[in-house]
Amino acid sequence: MLLAILIVPFAAAVACGLAPSPRRVAPAVTVVSGIASLGLVMALVPGTVRAGGQAEFGYLKADAISLVFLLATAFLYAALAVYSVGYLRHGHGDRYLRRFHAGFNLFAWSMLAAPLMSSLALLWIAVEVTTIVSALLVALEAGPAKGSEGGEAGPAEGGAAEGGAAEGGAAEGGASAAEAAWKYVLIASAGLGLALLGTIFAYYAGSRVLSGHFDLSVAPLIAAGPRLPHAPVMLAFVLATLGYGTKVGLFPVHTWLPDAHSEAPAPVSALLSGALLATSFYAILRFYQITATSVGSAFPRDVLLAFGVASLLLAALYVFGQRDVKRLLAYSSIEHMGICAIAVGFGAPIALAGMLLHVLAHAAAKGNAFMGAGVLTVKYGTKRIGGIRGGLRALPWSGPLFGFAVFALSAMPPSGIFRSEFQIVAGGLASGSYAVAAALVAGVTLAFFALSTEATGMLLARPARSLSAAAREPADPGEPSAWMVVPVVAGTVALVVLGLHPPGELTDLIARAVTELGGTR
Amino acid sequence: MGVGGAPGVYGDAADVAAALMLLLEFGLLRQALIRDQVRLYAAQSALISVLAIVIAADRNLPELYALAGLSAALKVVAVPWVVRRLLLRPRAPGWRAGEEAPGVAGSYTLNVASAVLASIALAAFGFFSFGSFHVSASTAPVTALALAGAMVFVAFGLMIVRRDVASQAIGFFSLENAISLAALVLAAGMPLILETAFLFDLLVAVVVFGMLIRAHHAKAESMSTADLTRLRG
Repeated sequence: MLLAILIVPFAAAVACGLAPSPRRVAPAVTVVSGIASLGLVMALVPGTVRAGGQAEFGYLKADAISLVFLLATAFLYAALAVYSVGYLRHGHGDRYLRRFHAGFNLFAWSMLAAPLMSSLALLWIAVEVTTIVSALLVALEAGPAKGSEGGEAGPAEGGAAEGGAAEGGAAEGGASAAEAAWKYVLIASAGLGLALLGTIFAYYAGSRVLSGHFDLSVAPLIAAGPRLPHAPVMLAFVLATLGYGTKVGLFPVHTWLPDAHSEAPAPVSALLSGALLATSFYAILRFYQITATSVGSAFPRDVLLAFGVASLLLAALYVFGQRDVKRLLAYSSIEHMGICAIAVGFGAPIALAGMLLHVLAHAAAKGNAFMGAGVLTVKYGTKRIGGIRGGLRALPWSGPLFGFAVFALSAMPPSGIFRSEFQIVAGGLASGSYAVAAALVAGVTLAFFALSTEATGMLLARPARSLSAAAREPADPGEPSAWMVVPVVAGTVALVVLGLHPPGELTDLIARAVTELGGTR
Repeated sequence: MGVGGAPGVYGDAADVAAALMLLLEFGLLRQALIRDQVRLYAAQSALISVLAIVIAADRNLPELYALAGLSAALKVVAVPWVVRRLLLRPRAPGWRAGEEAPGVAGSYTLNVASAVLASIALAAFGFFSFGSFHVSASTAPVTALALAGAMVFVAFGLMIVRRDVASQAIGFFSLENAISLAALVLAAGMPLILETAFLFDLLVAVVVFGMLIRAHHAKAESMSTADLTRLRG
């Protein structure tokens, strides 16, 4: 079962890379693989909740914590596979489609692999693979320069003329994408270098007490926790938090994030934001587990609180004044990852449960928001917020769904994020961190103001007469593609279910994960 | 040498190798031609392999011989070859065939003297902070570890003060070398399979870096990152 989760997306990536006619084969393969992966992950849930609590196979291992993150990734993978069919329908050459689908499946594969790894070293490798694959996906819009030239210039320009995602012509979009990809790969790789250093210190700490063939597995490290030497463990935790935090988007090492999110194709942005950030956060959680059993939870909690509060407040301020809809959502991702870090910092069981629920709800909501933003950019031919007006009338389905996603991100009640943030704040009050809880509420409210102002502007405002022709309301109201509506509806349903009444098995799963995180003390 | 660490051949060899690697790191910092940077990087990587062999002999860890060989094959031969191939003989538009790639001499944000001084300060900071962590044991020479720490800081400094994509990439690769050094000193017994995976990971990263550098060069028609200012805020 665990092996199947890894084989399916990888096989899909290979199939897409080799398919003779990517236009017909690749989307179908991707959709099948996405839905199959989601099914496989969901099939793991009952066993994990009921029996010994984990599934193991060689170097692979899934416990309740892994499963929460796997669910988030697999859900987005399935939804975005369907969405991509519509998103890529127009104006892309065979070469682009082949690369997109192969890269997309490979990216999903690496993110599904990371939470399944039983050892810190393999986890690091999986996260590094996610960086490499996703950097290539971000660079995809850079077009012909990558690899051999020619062949793609035509379709790329055609995409812009037809209302594709490129803003001011394909060339300019390409330069921005190349810039974003470069910054992303350099900053994230350097950050992961620090995480590797942290991993090595963890090995050093483990090798002091565990003899024989110690391979950095998480479980023996946790079991040996109290006997581990303190200094290297603390050092490992700080380095890992800073290193993986670079990929989570924690302030002050978040700088690649808005660039990469805004320049990637919309399905990749959604996967970056909803799944990749969470996967990196998962890596920090593993180090948290080890550190908490070794030196007590106070030290790692303080570290995460500091990073979390800084990220939340800075991101909440940056959300104001964004002129690009995808950058707006990217800063909102930093804010939400800050919230997750704060939740672990609180340490109360209810806050930890809220954090895990938040990971799931954020994946659904942010996926929806980016999918909606993708529809808007396709429809209006621009990512500029000022250029998108009257979306509610132009897009009878995607308009309201995008609105719902943004309000969900701002933690409005019927959504899962309301429930999770409520639990996190409650946990903060329970653990006596009143000031941080107040800062959390203030930051979330600030972000709510900014997000809802911009979103209502895009959806409700009338197009101004003075704007350029491209910014006026498109002549024909209507959805670009039904493929781009269905997954958003699914995401919305998931959000409401998470908000109103999470299924019993999910609650059990989260409760078990909280126990594994040491939240019962 | 060998202060507080393991006495004998191993400790001294580790210290000497680490010191030489730090020197080469400074060489990278002020080198003006990509070709020379690649050579320095290869030399630095060769030192890692030598150190691995010394440790293997001293502590009777036969799998480290394999690691040394693999590391040398990848970092001394393969990575420089890939970098040269992607950067120095490019067929990207803007470069004429057979022409030497543009130098990266003028890419400092600070002038050379200030950059070197700042890096010395960084190195000192890294040296003393890593030296003060008390992670020493009978197996880990403290000086070599502290030097690895200094290298990490200088590698970051290199990526910061040089404003061209080639130096930044080489800076990242040498950061990886610094971490390999720390790994050898701290975690020599790490299973070979993991080390191998790390190395192949590096190779893939190198290819991706190369592709992105070429994409950048084709768009910007220079190696400079000074004009990467489109995305901000």
